[in-house]
Amino acid sequence: MQLPLGIEVPIPTFEQFVFIQVALLTAVAGLAVVISRNLFHSALALTLTFFGVAGVYVFLEAEFLAVSQVLVYVGAIAMLIAFAIMLTRSMMYGRTSPLNNQWGKSSLFAFLFFIGLLAFARATPWPAAGEEVVADEALIGALGREFVTTYVIAFEVLGLLLLLALVGAVMLARDR
Amino acid sequence: MDWLQLLVFPAIRALILIFVLLTGFAYLTWYERKLLARFQVRYGPNRAGKFGLLQPAADAVKAFFKEEIIPNHVDKPVYLLAPALALVPALIIWAVIPIAKGTPAIADVNIGFLWILAVAGIESYGIILAGWSSNNNYSLLGALRSSAQMVSYELPLGLFLVSILMLAGSFSLVDLVEGSRQWWEWIWLWLAFPFFFICILAETNRSPFDLPETENELVAGFQTEYGGMKFALFFIAEYVNMISTSAIMATLFFGGWKGPFAEQYIWLGPVYLLIKVLILLFLFIWVRASIGRPRYDQLMKFCWQFMLPLGLVYVSISAVLAVFLK
Amino acid sequence: MASDYLPLLILILLAAGFGVIAIGLPTLLGPRERNNQKLEPYESGIIPFSDARRRFPVKYYLVAMLFLIFDIEVIFLYPWAAVLRDLRLFALVAMIPFFIVLVVGFLYEWKKGALDWD
Repeated sequence: MQLPLGIEVPIPTFEQFVFIQVALLTAVAGLAVVISRNLFHSALALTLTFFGVAGVYVFLEAEFLAVSQVLVYVGAIAMLIAFAIMLTRSMMYGRTSPLNNQWGKSSLFAFLFFIGLLAFARATPWPAAGEEVVADEALIGALGREFVTTYVIAFEVLGLLLLLALVGAVMLARDR
Repeated sequence: MDWLQLLVFPAIRALILIFVLLTGFAYLTWYERKLLARFQVRYGPNRAGKFGLLQPAADAVKAFFKEEIIPNHVDKPVYLLAPALALVPALIIWAVIPIAKGTPAIADVNIGFLWILAVAGIESYGIILAGWSSNNNYSLLGALRSSAQMVSYELPLGLFLVSILMLAGSFSLVDLVEGSRQWWEWIWLWLAFPFFFICILAETNRSPFDLPETENELVAGFQTEYGGMKFALFFIAEYVNMISTSAIMATLFFGGWKGPFAEQYIWLGPVYLLIKVLILLFLFIWVRASIGRPRYDQLMKFCWQFMLPLGLVYVSISAVLAVFLK
Repeated sequence: MASDYLPLLILILLAAGFGVIAIGLPTLLGPRERNNQKLEPYESGIIPFSDARRRFPVKYYLVAMLFLIFDIEVIFLYPWAAVLRDLRLFALVAMIPFFIVLVVGFLYEWKKGALDWD
């Protein structure tokens, strides 16, 4: 495909086309999170971003991860954020400015971080790129197998971590 | 290019599914009104058409020609988005349910079980957005109650699903129905059914767990500021959810499309599924006609202090059964 | 394959499309007779005296937090449940500590009264 300024752009395949849509959705929603003046709208845009990331996981053939993303981030964490906004009176009242006096520093850091990520992505060889991934039920099964064999210690420690989170949650919300 | 295969056929299939579900919704309202009338020794709708069969069509026309009111104080984009967001999960949860031998409604993905769980997880969004955007005390309280109730009952629901998955050993609902089960498995499964059904009642906000919309204290809960077609969309979402969850229960507990001769004659599959769904829907309406509403604290306590421990016990026993008896 | 999920995407888009049409169509079909009383918030017939975007009890937040933690634990059960029939006793034993920790946490919050809705 020839663009006006003589730039050559390859015609995307159908899958690439859908991927571009999903990626754009994620990016636009992410932008909306930071520029929206209404905090609740920001939270909703964040939810949309989470969905977009789940979509990217589907393209990576990581179905279980995609579903976990929807279940945990969209179903629980975004809900928690929405609840948290409603708990905070000053934030329930509509318009807040998306800018504070740190916007300059933070945008600089964001930019540097982006450059770093980009460099990192270009430096990585990506050995599996273009190959067919064994995406199957077997993959979720393999995950379960790893949980109880190779990573069994990490798995049990994770249980303890969740226990700590639980205790923390109860401590935070109930001061008895 | 096989875009016909890739886009057009799935689209036609999806349109048929949506059409069937919406028609199902329309006649479910008729079915419910007729049944409730019978329970209360009344006639129910009987003016529009024979046996009142045209009543749903009349209601649909009315909803479309209602005045659109967007109150002054609402958050407009979110207010308009919420009804659509409530409806979409109710429709798409059907995608993985098998309707005949080897035939899922839309696609047999590897994550059938997880699809159901994930879609159930986003179902509360429509309601919480409606409650927040309406800027009405009743709406906000109704939405909060509703979302807290839905997420709470999702946990025992997830635990029961894990147990069923453990015994079936496959994430695909198509395989689940077609695989064979031993007699003790059926009995163990049916032991869980009443509790699963209770969770479903809470998830779909159906009576007796319709606390988000208690008419005598919260007017209509999150729907208070909605009228016309936007209200109808919440209504459709609730009823399509009833149909979808009935189909899920039929698939998980009662063999889905299976029945005599369904293997030979493919078309019998959907018929059997429909019969099972109708029986389960009768159960929903029967419960509504018979059981009074609990208090909200009782509802939450029942979930966290009874259903969740029960789910944990059920998972552990299922695990032992799956290891030693399968 | 990612393309296995295309039918699901199509279904989602069509379902959303129906929602948009159903919300949009009555604005063209319905009558338009507005007045200020109609557009006010419903407050059982009295004039509204408070904005609804108010704070609400922290217990809802606690429910959401507890849900998040248990939801993660349940998700970890899924891959394990899928291989239980193949790995048998080994997988069962490996799950016991995780499960006990889960139950201990549950009993702790029960004793703490976090599960009481008062």
